[in-house]
Amino acid sequence: MKQFKGRVVTPGEVTAEAVVTKEGFNTLASLQMALQFGDKEVKCGDQSNKELYGKSLLGKALCLPQTIGSTTGGLVLYCACSMKKNPACMLFANHIDSLAAAGAVLADVWVDGVTMPVVDSLGEEFLNYVKDGMTVTVKADGTVEVE
Amino acid sequence: MILTKEQQAILDGEKGETLAKVMKTLVMYGDAFEAEKLVPITSKYNHLVTSFGLKVMSPVYDLMQQLLDAGVTSGQKFSVDPRPLDKNVPENLLQNLVFNKFMYTKQSFYEDQLEKLGLMDQNAFTCTCYMDEVGNRPQKGDVLSWAESSAVVYANSVLGARCNRNSGIIDIMGSIVGYVPYFGLLTDEGRKATWVVKVQTTKKPEAQLLGSAIGMKVMEDVPYVIGLDRWIGDELNDSACAYLKDFGAATASNGAVGLYHIANLTPEAVELGESLIAEGAREYIIDDAELERVQNNYPVIWKDPNASPKLCFVGCPHLSLEQLKTWTENIEAELKKNGKKQVTVKTVFTAAPAVLAAFEKTEYAARLKATGVITSYICPLMYMNNPLCKKMPVITSSNKLRTYTSARYYTDAQILKTITGGKDQ
Repeated sequence: MKQFKGRVVTPGEVTAEAVVTKEGFNTLASLQMALQFGDKEVKCGDQSNKELYGKSLLGKALCLPQTIGSTTGGLVLYCACSMKKNPACMLFANHIDSLAAAGAVLADVWVDGVTMPVVDSLGEEFLNYVKDGMTVTVKADGTVEVE
Repeated sequence: MILTKEQQAILDGEKGETLAKVMKTLVMYGDAFEAEKLVPITSKYNHLVTSFGLKVMSPVYDLMQQLLDAGVTSGQKFSVDPRPLDKNVPENLLQNLVFNKFMYTKQSFYEDQLEKLGLMDQNAFTCTCYMDEVGNRPQKGDVLSWAESSAVVYANSVLGARCNRNSGIIDIMGSIVGYVPYFGLLTDEGRKATWVVKVQTTKKPEAQLLGSAIGMKVMEDVPYVIGLDRWIGDELNDSACAYLKDFGAATASNGAVGLYHIANLTPEAVELGESLIAEGAREYIIDDAELERVQNNYPVIWKDPNASPKLCFVGCPHLSLEQLKTWTENIEAELKKNGKKQVTVKTVFTAAPAVLAAFEKTEYAARLKATGVITSYICPLMYMNNPLCKKMPVITSSNKLRTYTSARYYTDAQILKTITGGKDQ
């Protein structure tokens, strides 16, 4: 087990199975088809992301450097949370980007009954260590345990 | 974050619970970037990214309705991204059914909401709101609350306005309270380049390919591009602006670029030169081989990779008037060379309603129509955003459309050859 300390963007505690990308996570490309056509597993639809394409994101600890792509990104995340089709948490190696931050904040302020902890600035070592299928526990103070 | 008395009063709920939640959203958004204050928006108009009445986006329309029910409206009029549907664009019976009965069932409802919130006019649906014909063109130094990645990167880089890569919903919240958090691309420090990109190609690089390469390399950083003025000149004329529009859209969609500087061309690069380059900036050299590597690495997810193209989209982001004219001339010449009268692949050119109206007043409109090309105001991405299109071999010269759909990227030259019946399809 290894611990990493990050910064809390939106608070919460959760334990979930990791899915990992070292490339930027394109929120629109990843989620649009799954949300629109009712994919119960919320499989990643981004053809350009070879690490995540076709993998389920629902209830997973999504480990990523940052999000990229369309500025619908934040509202897509907000919709995913409203529809309870969101990852369990989002764990950023880098400082969070503006689109992911918007999605996390919109969900936190405007969606009742859904918590998606978001922690950023976990560092490059975090992404190098965490692998698909590992168990990730997020603590309220931004500590992330990986085993 | 330090708030003014007026801002604090809104946050404390003195102007109602809904406005307090809007302010809380902006404060938390700013806090994520250690923003110390909110600053006034100074542009005349806003631009929103959400233009589509997708059934699945109901949470967005519910939120908009909360705003309207609370009597909240945008302090600025705004333009918005393109409409998703147009009966001029080819669709089969099944597509028609899926589009109108399943996907975009909220379109009229949402457009009604937009009108109540502050839509500029019924034709203000385009991703290129900054075109002269559309009229939402901010001034240098203006602070914006825009979303739409291709418009934000254009406003920052080509027009010298100041705008972060705001998400949909955050965009309208800014113009509801009239402020945006001060961080990132609003600050002088945030506008410094942390990458130096040296263009060393032997010919003019394809705008959407060069942008893609840079976007994938620098992600959300700011690149300072040296050597591109050799190919597109040192004047922001129609041709250079169209190039930068397409280039920027690719940097923003294939990466997350919100601002680029082009040496000797874009306003801040002309004004401040290499003093815009931050200490320790990394270097990326782009030559012919690098562009070839990038293009060859794009996945082809057509069911049959060797299928003949059935549909072609050009105009993501929307085409300029000059681009429509140039394409008309090029298609006519190529058809003549190939002994054809009309395009051999169904082809749709997309542009802003106001640009199309201006185009219709020129002699080029009838000439383009004679080639068989269809013009439309739609968003090709919204058209292709369904499983039916996944089975269709669609080609495009838009790297943004390639990124979000199953469309295959061709360079402009490859598109021209293919749609005019050239032999190497």
